[in-house]
Amino acid sequence: MKALQVRRSVPRFGAGRIASAVSPSGAARLGPLEYRQIDDPARPDGDGWRQVRTRMSGICGSDLSMVEGHASTYFDDWVSFPFVPGHEVVGELMDGDDAGRRVILEPVIGHAARGVAPPFDGARPGDGDDHAHLATTSDTGVEPGIQTGFCASTGGGWGPWFWAHDSQLHVVDASVDEFPDERAVVVEPFAGGIHAALMASSALTATPDPVVAVLGAGTMGLTTIAGLRRYVPGRIIVGARYEHQRRLAAAFGADRVVEAGALDRAVRREVGCHLIGDPDRPLLSSGAHVTVDAVGSSDSIADAIRVTRPGGRIILLGMPAHVSFDLTALWHREIEMKGAYTYGTETLPDGTTSTTFDLAIEMVSAVEAERLVSATYRLDDHVDAIAHAAAAGRRGATKIAFDMREN
Amino acid sequence: MPRPGFVLPVDRSTPPTLFWRGEGFSLERLPADRSRIVYPPEPLAGLTHLDGHIRDALLHPLDMDPLPALLKPDMKLTICFDDCSLSLPKMQTPDNRQRIVEAVLDMAAEAGVDDVHIIAALGLHRRMHEYELRHILGDRVVDAFLPRGWLYQHDAEDPDNLAVIGETDHGEILEINERAANSDLVVYANVNQVAMDGGWKSLVTGLASYRCLSHHHNPESLQNTRSLMDRHHSALHHSIWRMGKVLRDSGPQVFQVETTINTDAFPPPFEFLSKREWEWTRKDRALYLGTAKSLDRMPTRTKRKIFHSMESPYRTTSVQAGFTETVHERTLEHVYEQHLVPVDGQTDILTMGIPFISPYNPESIMNPILVMCMGLGYLFNMYRGMPLVKEGGVVIMTHPTYEEFHPVHHPSYIDFFDEVLADTTDPTEMATKWEKKYAEDDWYRHLYRTSYAYHGVHPFYAWYWGAHGQQHAGKVIIVGGEPSAVRRIGFTPASTMNDALEIASDTVGRSPTITHLHVPGVLVADVT
Repeated sequence: MKALQVRRSVPRFGAGRIASAVSPSGAARLGPLEYRQIDDPARPDGDGWRQVRTRMSGICGSDLSMVEGHASTYFDDWVSFPFVPGHEVVGELMDGDDAGRRVILEPVIGHAARGVAPPFDGARPGDGDDHAHLATTSDTGVEPGIQTGFCASTGGGWGPWFWAHDSQLHVVDASVDEFPDERAVVVEPFAGGIHAALMASSALTATPDPVVAVLGAGTMGLTTIAGLRRYVPGRIIVGARYEHQRRLAAAFGADRVVEAGALDRAVRREVGCHLIGDPDRPLLSSGAHVTVDAVGSSDSIADAIRVTRPGGRIILLGMPAHVSFDLTALWHREIEMKGAYTYGTETLPDGTTSTTFDLAIEMVSAVEAERLVSATYRLDDHVDAIAHAAAAGRRGATKIAFDMREN
Repeated sequence: MPRPGFVLPVDRSTPPTLFWRGEGFSLERLPADRSRIVYPPEPLAGLTHLDGHIRDALLHPLDMDPLPALLKPDMKLTICFDDCSLSLPKMQTPDNRQRIVEAVLDMAAEAGVDDVHIIAALGLHRRMHEYELRHILGDRVVDAFLPRGWLYQHDAEDPDNLAVIGETDHGEILEINERAANSDLVVYANVNQVAMDGGWKSLVTGLASYRCLSHHHNPESLQNTRSLMDRHHSALHHSIWRMGKVLRDSGPQVFQVETTINTDAFPPPFEFLSKREWEWTRKDRALYLGTAKSLDRMPTRTKRKIFHSMESPYRTTSVQAGFTETVHERTLEHVYEQHLVPVDGQTDILTMGIPFISPYNPESIMNPILVMCMGLGYLFNMYRGMPLVKEGGVVIMTHPTYEEFHPVHHPSYIDFFDEVLADTTDPTEMATKWEKKYAEDDWYRHLYRTSYAYHGVHPFYAWYWGAHGQQHAGKVIIVGGEPSAVRRIGFTPASTMNDALEIASDTVGRSPTITHLHVPGVLVADVT
């Protein structure tokens, strides 16, 4: 097949890193991502593996980090090269009695796919507190990889087809008209956003009228806002850099949306506290009960600390890699910082449980999430696609995706 | 003999007219045969031997006994003075307030008065820095009183130092500084630059609490103030005068000292700003060009520093002391003598250049709210009789209207711009919906009391100041402003004066009549 593939190449990762500083398309041209003829991945051993034809596959921030050579070396042992990226996927089954049915990929290659005992009955692929199975080649022959899209064995959404395990697939019964592919392709990021929102919810069970701040309103910020609106009572204050992001944040349920640099003052106004210190980067004397950082940079994490109240929680949703900031305030204010990665089984505020993907599939229809898909590209236009995704905010876009549907 | 102000009809031979544009200026050509320019009177001659005139006023006051006769050894004497919102720009030292305070202190010393406090009557304005106090009062007074805690600034949020004097027949509560309220005598040292100031307003606003000020600093009063420069037709002043009656009947004895100054505001090399354009010499033209070009190239911060460090060579035109109402009527005569220009009727458009300064940004930034306040509040109100522009007409201002705020002086202005103006520009609606939240915000209160911040409610007051102009004008256009900031304050941005006139044609037709209020210079148009 002809697909986009990432090979382990230090010079190419370096070139991508340098080129990304110059132009977004430079990283796509010179970095580790190549559009090339590759060997078809072999079907992994074991039951339940299905061949899935890609219909659409989104470009995520973590994909961009990898293409631009910014991804942390932390992942070196959690991926296997060469791999075909693409973990935000809607496709259709190519084999079996139900061939042709559309499916949404839940990309974590979990216990069932690897033939490992689940941590509890009914566990989702992302559940559990031991990731050893993700970092080792499983008995089924599946090499290390945290998700489809980072695993050499399975292929990924940036190719015409890939292998996925039944445990990773959510069948879409609705017709394309009722549930368009553009809606289905953003279920995965919505699951991530809902997961982060529910992490906020768990910190607020005893808080009357809580205030939640969200830094950033790209795809992940917006999906979190939608999740917060659905599952967390209280006020949502969002700082977003671009006008279209502010519009969408308000549409998805934010109570107040301000420019990114004005978030500290907006939170202060909402909670009625003091601003202390440097007028350009003041610290709030109190602040938001929970702050979701959907950016993941040094500045955004420092900002999250500034606007979170003592004893509050920061949820780190944006992938940070290497960052540098002063942790004194975090220490002094006894702020808790939690990472938010993927999804699994969720406990809702009413005590019931559900899978994040089921919640996301329901939510994408409720908010007509297809409006987040700003542009689609064919695989052979990947340089333009990557450049567009890397500059999405500046260019008025939110989600960029590859479209592999036949006309 | 200074020449009076006058109205110049614009024809094809009229040279371009000077417009302020914040920390810069431009020359604009107004349409011939349907435009007119109202020029201010030239500066009146000043008094010579000013200290002698002040002493004479204290010894021969209006409707009161001479000051020495009011001073007793065991009395509690409080001297209050206007803050740095007056004069604009600041006057060359020694400031009139220093001269008055020193003269009063000399008499108090002669009378053996020991208990003397000096209070800056700043109302809800920001506290002054020590160097500003020294500029106003001089080193001698500051060094003698500040270290001992006898010189301080009014704190409208200190409940332990406020006292209720009484209530007007309209239910307005007069609550002022407790020290002043319990003094045997309050002497007020004033500098009067425009007709709006002075009289009972000095003490009733300068020493008041928020509760007290809110009786007249509100949309209803300001919308019924026609104009701020004509106290007899101003709901704001009516309320203040009612409070003045309560003060007179139930408060401490007040000895008011008012001084009026002329309009000689610009020292070298800016003297050309005070001249009429067709009388500019070659040197003036060269100075204009050199100054304008230099300012264009400078960072805004540098320009601000230059303009705010300017000290004006004003001359004092009168001094009167004694009973507040009598004193103030005499003051108004002198102010009007300097400012009044007879003008015949209204026009479709009023143009004005907005300068770098307003009463609320000394040593600070003219933020978008203050641009509105200066344009629709102060300059629009520079009339007696009726506004210079017809109801439903267009006001055109020139100013860069940058979206920039002084974070120390104007913290609540930043939030007001972001939050309140994003919601509404209607004074009545914002008063109902937002004012209380800002007025009672603990952080703003803290900054007002301990830092150098205007009170949390102050941006509302600045906005209300333009309420009458806002209600009267059909459209307001700002030439040269940042479009996003101009739109946020509810106005229309334009790139050039010609663009502005084109935009205005939607409201006032293709051949509107135009009045330009010539600023620099201060004038009050007596429109009949």
